[in-house]
Amino acid sequence: MQRRVFLFASSAIVAAGLIAGTAAAQTRQETLLVVVEAGMNNLDIHGVGTSGRSYVAAWNMYDRLVTFGRKTLADGTLSYDYSKIEPELAESYAVAPDGTSVTFKLRRNAKFHDGAPVTAKDVKWSYDRAVSVGGFPTFQMAAGSLTKPEQFVAVDDHTFRVDLPKRDKLSLPDMAVVVPAIYNSELAKKHATEKDPWAMEWMKTNDAGSGAYKLEKWTPGQEITFTRFDDWKSGPLPKMKRVIIRDVPSAGNRRALMERGDADISLDMPQKDASEIFAEKGSGKYVVVGVPVENSLKYIGLITTAKPFDNVKVRQAVAYAVPFEQISKSAIYGRGNMMYGAKSSTPTEPVWPQPFPYNVDLDKAKKLLAEAGYPDGFETTISFDLGEATADEPTAVLLQESLGKIGIKASIEKIPSANFRNALLQKNRPIHIASFGGWLNFPDYYFFWGYHGQNAVFNTMAYQNKSMDALIDASRFETDPAKYKDQVLGFIKMSMEEVPRIPLYQQILDVGMQKNIKGYTYWFHRQLDFRQFEKL
Amino acid sequence: MLRLIGKRLVGAIPSVIGVLIVTFLLTRALPGDPAVFFAGPAATQQAIEEVRKSLGLDKSLPEQFVVYLKDLGRGNLGNSIATGQPVLSEIRTRLPASLELTLYGLLVSVLIAVPLGVLAATRPGSWIDHACRVVTTAGVSLPAFFTGLLLVYVLYYLLGWAPAPLGRLDIFYSAPPAVTGLYTIDALIAGDLQTFRAAAAQLLLPVAALAIFTMAPLARMTRAAMLEVLSSDFIRTARASGLPKSKIIYGYAFRNAMLPVITTLGMVFSFLLGANVLVEKVFSWPGIGTFAIEALIASDYAPIQGFVLTMALLYVALNLAIDILYIVIDPRVGFE
Repeated sequence: MQRRVFLFASSAIVAAGLIAGTAAAQTRQETLLVVVEAGMNNLDIHGVGTSGRSYVAAWNMYDRLVTFGRKTLADGTLSYDYSKIEPELAESYAVAPDGTSVTFKLRRNAKFHDGAPVTAKDVKWSYDRAVSVGGFPTFQMAAGSLTKPEQFVAVDDHTFRVDLPKRDKLSLPDMAVVVPAIYNSELAKKHATEKDPWAMEWMKTNDAGSGAYKLEKWTPGQEITFTRFDDWKSGPLPKMKRVIIRDVPSAGNRRALMERGDADISLDMPQKDASEIFAEKGSGKYVVVGVPVENSLKYIGLITTAKPFDNVKVRQAVAYAVPFEQISKSAIYGRGNMMYGAKSSTPTEPVWPQPFPYNVDLDKAKKLLAEAGYPDGFETTISFDLGEATADEPTAVLLQESLGKIGIKASIEKIPSANFRNALLQKNRPIHIASFGGWLNFPDYYFFWGYHGQNAVFNTMAYQNKSMDALIDASRFETDPAKYKDQVLGFIKMSMEEVPRIPLYQQILDVGMQKNIKGYTYWFHRQLDFRQFEKL
Repeated sequence: MLRLIGKRLVGAIPSVIGVLIVTFLLTRALPGDPAVFFAGPAATQQAIEEVRKSLGLDKSLPEQFVVYLKDLGRGNLGNSIATGQPVLSEIRTRLPASLELTLYGLLVSVLIAVPLGVLAATRPGSWIDHACRVVTTAGVSLPAFFTGLLLVYVLYYLLGWAPAPLGRLDIFYSAPPAVTGLYTIDALIAGDLQTFRAAAAQLLLPVAALAIFTMAPLARMTRAAMLEVLSSDFIRTARASGLPKSKIIYGYAFRNAMLPVITTLGMVFSFLLGANVLVEKVFSWPGIGTFAIEALIASDYAPIQGFVLTMALLYVALNLAIDILYIVIDPRVGFE
């Protein structure tokens, strides 16, 4: 290459770069750039194996009939409000006096992203799909007594009715979670095949929604781009025109991108990063907003069907030996609400989770062990999920050390994520560190899955207690608030005395944000709702 | 030559079949139950069985293998459950990403390491020989992901010279129309200098990290091979005949020393393609190594099988290319 040609070419490249720079700056102001550790795997919430991260697509691309209201938390953060149900695609709704049906009036001007109007037919098709495809969506619908297609009736084009077997306080909230999204049934049917009548295959990567954002482009493993749907009628038009979610696997790089101001929002923050930025109290380059995840717990589970943890005294001994404070300090860097040290062993408020009446007391633990017939301790195993190793490995090691002091020799078993759920299903891991959270924020909902003798996957301790089951079952459909409170206090008290599950902490959902980003709202599904964001 | 290529390709068939069977069996022998994993956290036993059936995992192993072969015959590598995409399209987009990174990394590495090795061999004990030793020791002892993180920290975080480590392109550029799948080359084909510049900028740091790491084996091999050749009889004869020094070194010695260097190059290349997972992670590079590792963690059978098969085919092609290169470089080499 001649020198002259080279000079010309290189200056042309520089000039081109400068022009691109100014164009980029304009769109940058209207674009929200979110960095995450790993992206989504399926745009369809009804899909097989749709990951937690994928809920963000389902939530923003699709509308539901109803949604939750919002409230401001004590620290000024916005949060959804599970006690308020507000219309979304439905203009209004009415619950029958006996509670056995709900009738929805649909918005007449609502459109899908391809311009087709949203009708009751689409709603019926979507609800039928959710209860028919099996797996997670069907299970979630059943939690609100929504189980059969016959329950869903398209009365006319803009009226839709849901029939319920009996009054269920979870039915309406369950229609506001991510699963009962409304799909464009005509569009979907075009892509359905004989083998795949619900167009599951096509819906994985395509958009059939009527939500505030539509899919622009998805490159799995790299990024997904959403643009605002300007014809959205189910609420005020959102401020951000474009949202990009980029996969940045390295936590260090996500932090660097935030500190240099190249990314707007950072998710999946390691607790150490979050606690450091949180400690700056806004004096740093960006801020962290942390909201405790509702109705969820990281816990130590003890298998109650086999020796030695079939003995309640042994379980209590372990509870007295858990080094809560050290776990808080060195495993999660203070990013969790610890669940120990309650003054009284009788709960007074029907809230969940709440601190248990245990503290580190090794002498008491030793005494309990001796009474249970294990004065010299025993050998056992602590299992945890390798995918959660950042927090759970130090927790396991601290627990191992502390148990050693009361004579319990525990070895540690690290289980790869692919295998962890399978291991829990076998219900034979004597001590395991796990977590469970429910979308619907009711204590009886948590206990129904986590403690009830029906022995769901989440009752990882294989715990059986007939009198607790009776209380849980009664509270599930109790309509008298006073009775409900007594029932809830009853089963919480039992869980404290019997401790098949030793609560460690309520996890905190940390979101890193630039200081000019406003409107972040905590949602039960723990993903971002783009509609509320704005950039100053 | 054509006969040789044909013979080689036929000879590769048994090994590819072997690879097919072994990966199929190995993926099934992995611990972990994909049905449980993909049924989601809220799965009941019935839901898990439904997922198992929809994945075809309720059939016996021989039946599954037949289904797999049939699909393969139709060019269908199955679906990745973790990313939700057909494996073939995943490999089609990810392999070029890895290839682009690896090829540039090796190119830079060869351009530096080979001259360095030659110079070190011709002047043993001189400062350049010592420099070569320092470079190789440092390159071997610094893992590529570490160099990568260091480069990101200094050049992006502290100085802001390099672009954000956000993968193959900055967010405001879109990929050039695909021809080869290598963004820099596709951008040039499309005559889009802006995109070329953006893609090249993103390549800068990961390529540097890879080059530093791979320079070591190449420089050492060049130096050793050159030293050996330089002390051989025909070089002594050439020297005694009074040939010019450059003719001796580049005309005779270097050409003969290239064989082991090419072998090393081939090994380094194939190793890098699948194994630079950590570099890919550091630079959010959507490469094939990351894809395979993630599939492995999730016990996602189809992508693992697809990955191993692709790699096996690639190795066959690579070995063939190296053999041909041998013949081009050294006519004495024959495979008859």
